[in-house]
Amino acid sequence: MSSPLTRQVGAAARMLLALTLLLGVLYPAAIWGIGRLGLSSQADGSRVQRAGVVVGSSLLGQNFTDERHFQSRPSASSYAGDVSGGTNLYASSDEQRKALAERSRGYANAHGGVQGPADALTASASGLDPHISPSNALAQAPRVAAANGLDEGIVVELVHQHTQGRTLGFLGEPRVNVLELNLALDRRAGR
Amino acid sequence: MSATVSGLLTIGVLIVALAVCYHPMGAWMARVFTDRGHWRIERVVYRAVGVDPDSEQGWRAYATSVVAFSLVSIAALFVLIVVQLRLPLTQGSTGMGVSTALNTAVSFVTNTNWQSYAGEVGVTPLVQTVGLTVQNFASAAVGLAVAVAITRAVARRSSRGIGNFWVDLVRGTLRVLLPLAAVAAVVLLIGGVVQNLSAPETVRAAAGGEQIIRGGLVASQEAIKELGTNGGGYFNANSAHPFENPNPFTNLLEVFLLLLIPFALTRTYGIMVGDRRQGWALLGFAGFLWAAGVAATTASEVAASGAVGDAMEGKEQRFGVWSSALFAASTTGTSTGAVNSMHESYSPLGGGAVLANMLLGEISPGGVGSGLYGILIVAIIAVFIAGLMVGRTPEFLGKTVGRREITCAALYILVMPLLVLAFTGLSLVMDGPRSAMLASGPHGLSEVMYAFGSAANNNGSAFAGLTADTPWFNLTLAASMFLGRFVPMLLVLRLAGLLVEQQPRPASAGTMPTHTPLFVGLLTGVAVIVALLTFFPALALGPIAEALS
Repeated sequence: MSSPLTRQVGAAARMLLALTLLLGVLYPAAIWGIGRLGLSSQADGSRVQRAGVVVGSSLLGQNFTDERHFQSRPSASSYAGDVSGGTNLYASSDEQRKALAERSRGYANAHGGVQGPADALTASASGLDPHISPSNALAQAPRVAAANGLDEGIVVELVHQHTQGRTLGFLGEPRVNVLELNLALDRRAGR
Repeated sequence: MSATVSGLLTIGVLIVALAVCYHPMGAWMARVFTDRGHWRIERVVYRAVGVDPDSEQGWRAYATSVVAFSLVSIAALFVLIVVQLRLPLTQGSTGMGVSTALNTAVSFVTNTNWQSYAGEVGVTPLVQTVGLTVQNFASAAVGLAVAVAITRAVARRSSRGIGNFWVDLVRGTLRVLLPLAAVAAVVLLIGGVVQNLSAPETVRAAAGGEQIIRGGLVASQEAIKELGTNGGGYFNANSAHPFENPNPFTNLLEVFLLLLIPFALTRTYGIMVGDRRQGWALLGFAGFLWAAGVAATTASEVAASGAVGDAMEGKEQRFGVWSSALFAASTTGTSTGAVNSMHESYSPLGGGAVLANMLLGEISPGGVGSGLYGILIVAIIAVFIAGLMVGRTPEFLGKTVGRREITCAALYILVMPLLVLAFTGLSLVMDGPRSAMLASGPHGLSEVMYAFGSAANNNGSAFAGLTADTPWFNLTLAASMFLGRFVPMLLVLRLAGLLVEQQPRPASAGTMPTHTPLFVGLLTGVAVIVALLTFFPALALGPIAEALS
């Protein structure tokens, strides 16, 4: 007669195996299957194409540096995509004060002395934030218009078209998807 | 609409949704754990595993099963992680060292989900699924089982059995967690959470240069990550990553999932002990603490807005300050530890509020199962203190709280603070661990105390600036998670064994009722005073000093 613990360990091992089959194989496979049935765009990462070629995901921000583009928020990971996360800096740290001052100066220089909105001066939590605030986008509009040789009104209109309000009217914050806005801008500028 | 109105409406909708589900969810779980029949698939599992589902276990046998299942789980997961690079589907993962693997195995089995690796490269998609997703279910079901066992012990009269662990484990998984997780996973999928097995793809980004788009079976893991109050992110950025939490609606759903079972379990408790008012009282207590946590975190973060940086450091634009603070207070109050914003970047008082939320002992409303039994321990301490005040033998629902019972409860309360304070102190006096801190001064103390507070409470969130992937932190945090999970659990089961044997005494004029607002107030007072007495000196040197300087 084996001891109670030995018997229990045997039962535990068999139970874990059964649960692994059910929860680690069948369940994820079933959800995967549902993803194949008409939800493949979301399941595959909401990819965005230009001329038939994937150029990113509408859920992942990108590191736009060209002055003809709207720029994303600062990122701890430069939007690489194989890492994610924030800076973990906190307001009273010297490093954070320095970073804020630098970004604030940089933003003001590029935008005719405009004080940068909060989202333009701070790094996001994911390092992949696809959005900026509408005020950030509007503040960038004159620079973007000038760099593209477009009428400012056209660019502002593009920003308005790409501004999402709060989800269902009350959830979250109003936002602008930078990748989608820039792709629309590229089309408008004939690129 | 202003951010304030939007934030208050979000909280309002969340509360309404939880209220609507409270009764049916609580009643369903009570039925699941009192049902005499078995589902056909359950019989198949019992036969394959070789357990008799109709036998009752005493507290010792129940505890032996809990320990056996958990140890086997830790060992299996550890081996799986160590050999992961030799298995198929590595997809560019670089794996992790042995101390990290041990930390991770303990972390997921104890329902903590502390992560000292980055999800993108630390774990292969295969191990994410057959290892981590499975433990997301199993660890939650173990917590649920222990909570149900102590509830039976309170309800039953002069018995020995407190249920059958294997039956509770299987039913909690198949009848409660799996159906809800499946529905939630599909909704998340519709919202944009990914679910694929594609290898990471390097694309020519519209911004110029390259970007890597990663895949994974994320939706199926995300759902149970929140529902089971686990919190281990598929990606390093956790629920801040757009592939885990793409929009404000999925965000609200995730917060709802965190809170659904822990709150509804108070209803299950009320039904199972045959007096629903008892459940209302526990709900009142946990609801009040949760609301206080949300209010404190939100108020601190909103107050920090307006300064340069506007409190948006470490927060996502789509969530903003309100939805981030709501998530932070809920994830630290439910021992989940998923994050949609970086807690280390919070204002001193905001970070202090989420830290204090964990240090309360995960009872606002706490994790799946562990929340309910944590609240019951506080209730037993509360009736004991009340009994001392009036000089009567304390009793809890007619069961005497004697020397042996109160010893279990008191030891339970002591385990977590002992782990947190001892390991934090040790880490700070050693040169190596100290150099792992990102921050210095009061914020540095908060950073280390947050790590051990998170581990010993099986929360799993972090002040992520700490470089925790060192042998010292991997092993001490693993010890904190293991002891912080199983010592309290065994004490709860021991207590269940003591309570179930008793024949309840009829209530008399001198009995302290445990369903009144007065008792809810007493409970709150006990919980807050115990936490403050234990942690106030450390909190004063950490977040409070930082806020004042």
